[in-house]
Amino acid sequence: MNKTWLIIQREYTTRVKNKRFLILTFLMPLLVVGFIAASGYLAISGVEQRTIAVIDPNGFIKNSLKNTNQISFSFPNDVDTNNYKKKGFTDILILPEFKKNEKTDYILRSQKSMGLMLQESISNKINKAIEDQMLQDAGIKQSILDSIHNASNVAELKAYEDKGKSSKESNAGLAMGIGYASGLLIYLTMFIYGAMVMRGVMEEKTNRIAEVIISSVKPFELMMGKIIGIGAVGLTQFILWIVLIISLTSVAMGFLPADVQSQVATLQQTNGQMAGGGMAQASESAMKIYNMQHTIATANWPLIIGCFIFYFIGGYLFYAALFAAVGSTVNEDPQDAQSLMFPITMPLIFSYVITTMVTQNPNTPIAFWASIIPFSSPMVMMARVAYGVPSAVSYWELILSMAVLVGGFIFTTWLSGRIYRTGILLYGKKVTWKLMFKWAFKKG
Amino acid sequence: MDPLLRLSNLKKYYATQKAVDDISFEIQKGSIFGLLGPNGAGKTTLLRMITGIFYPDGGDIILDGKPFNSIDDIQKIGYMPEERGLYKKMKIGEQALYLAQLKGLSKAEATEKIKYWFKKFEMETWWNKKVEDLSKGMSQKLQFVITVLHEPKLIILDEPFSGLDPLNANLIKEEIYNLAKKGATIIFSTHRMEQVEEICDHIVLMNLGKKILDGTVTDIKQQFKENSFLIQTDNEVAIPTNPIFSTISNEKNKILVKINEGYQSNDVLKYLLQENVNIVAYNELLPSLNDIFIKLVENTHATARAFQNN
Repeated sequence: MNKTWLIIQREYTTRVKNKRFLILTFLMPLLVVGFIAASGYLAISGVEQRTIAVIDPNGFIKNSLKNTNQISFSFPNDVDTNNYKKKGFTDILILPEFKKNEKTDYILRSQKSMGLMLQESISNKINKAIEDQMLQDAGIKQSILDSIHNASNVAELKAYEDKGKSSKESNAGLAMGIGYASGLLIYLTMFIYGAMVMRGVMEEKTNRIAEVIISSVKPFELMMGKIIGIGAVGLTQFILWIVLIISLTSVAMGFLPADVQSQVATLQQTNGQMAGGGMAQASESAMKIYNMQHTIATANWPLIIGCFIFYFIGGYLFYAALFAAVGSTVNEDPQDAQSLMFPITMPLIFSYVITTMVTQNPNTPIAFWASIIPFSSPMVMMARVAYGVPSAVSYWELILSMAVLVGGFIFTTWLSGRIYRTGILLYGKKVTWKLMFKWAFKKG
Repeated sequence: MDPLLRLSNLKKYYATQKAVDDISFEIQKGSIFGLLGPNGAGKTTLLRMITGIFYPDGGDIILDGKPFNSIDDIQKIGYMPEERGLYKKMKIGEQALYLAQLKGLSKAEATEKIKYWFKKFEMETWWNKKVEDLSKGMSQKLQFVITVLHEPKLIILDEPFSGLDPLNANLIKEEIYNLAKKGATIIFSTHRMEQVEEICDHIVLMNLGKKILDGTVTDIKQQFKENSFLIQTDNEVAIPTNPIFSTISNEKNKILVKINEGYQSNDVLKYLLQENVNIVAYNELLPSLNDIFIKLVENTHATARAFQNN
């Protein structure tokens, strides 16, 4: 055990001290945050401004076409399709005279074609204006109509899940996001760190140090030392990423204007309600930030983080042992590794595909079986757990899945240990899966 | 004196062949022992059983009076495999420290011993270099230091001189003698016969998994001598055919003869003196280990087996 500890230390320190590890660890969060910031910036700045001249013989459309930050409408008299460009408009919207019960075409002429979303929003506005006009014609006063409009925008769907007596706010979008993100993370981890284990074993075999070490320690100790050491590197990297992303986000929050920050704080204290006219004072951005924080808080984070760590470690141990076994059978030719890796990467990729389906439908039979079978359970169960325990996944399912995974990695480690101890000292022979099977199950 | 290592009826069978087939021998404390054999004879398999890498399929290994236990006895053994290996990207000092700690030395102990050996082999400046920066001979020296660092009672060297220049080979050779003098037992596996003749006290020759020869170098040479003598004379003489010996060659005052059965070497001298030959020197010609090796191994399909090894 003492020697396994030495091996773990070496595997860990040589990798953590490596420049590549440092660069990847510190660059990754910057890239992630940078990517989010860049896409946010593009979403704002990339939108083109449109100034639309509206020719409206009816007159009632004018009230409904309100300017937005993308489009400004104006209603000049001396503009037509020939001169709208000269007058500085990007588009011209021509509305024919409206006749009841008759389908009418509106014409939009543009210098540059307009995006679908923009077209749809203009069309909606026109139809809304016509609807209002018809209501007014039917005898409803403009003032009543306005008050209805103001009051009718209050419905918002809030879903709750019942847990015995108490019920809790739930959010399917958030669950999907968490499930997908954690499934993806586990998938990537297994690939990256599993391959790292495989390369490490191959390195020891091809530069022949394996025999020197195996005369000092048991092959199993060497294999476990490598697997645990590299797993610890992976955990370190994750922890550093999480710390860096959280601190970078809070630094970014500090750049918000002071009034928005104080409004968010007030919203937090008052649980989203502001007394009297306070609601109106809270700006749109403060509301958005508050809502985001509020939504994130609805998830059962201790459970999700606990499960994530368990499935991360369990899944890693399950697959890393298999990768180590493959590494031990490879000779100088890395091409051998490709073909031997195939039976390991296939279930990984397949599990990822199932995960993407399960994030939307957490309770299908395939979701159940895939979250029990240890080849896919680390990813698929994480996608299901995000929907809540026990509402989406019952306790016995979770416990069964965890127990099967523990049994699974004990089995793969045992199996790989047997393949490894023969493979690591065998040179010049092409190893097939059939041969590996023979090594694993022969006596002695 | 008790032997340090005693192997009795050791066996290791692979699916297709008997790699080590019922081998027994003893190695005395403080001796330099040569394990010889053609490629594929089973030497590496035998050594891997002695170092605890492989479990024997049958037979016993007694090390230092007790049955061999791969966990407790690891520190008593230093093994330098034929295929050398070191971590290419690791610093030499750290690497030596790591491997010594794996053998069970404490960090302080290991550091002290590495410093001693590095100084002895003029390697002090290497500490922070990486193995990939070393020449083949240099990494060979490092490998030797790593093997003997923890003062093992049994040192197993598989082809220790391959790739070394004569100067460094001599340095290692001297060190092997030193270690043996201090009480370490050395198993030396090779197929370079001239080195064995020079260094080893005792040899075992293996072929096709079996022991075919066991004894001291002198005894074996006696056993395989062909009663050949070299006679040097002061001037060229013609030797007539006689019943005592047959002349194999006669060139430039040097006559090589083979004594016929039933006669002693003195009979040759007597005959030559009667013939008035002026003898300057008279030596028995013993076969070289190389000759014995080739004679014993030839025509046994040993080469064919080397290719289907493993």
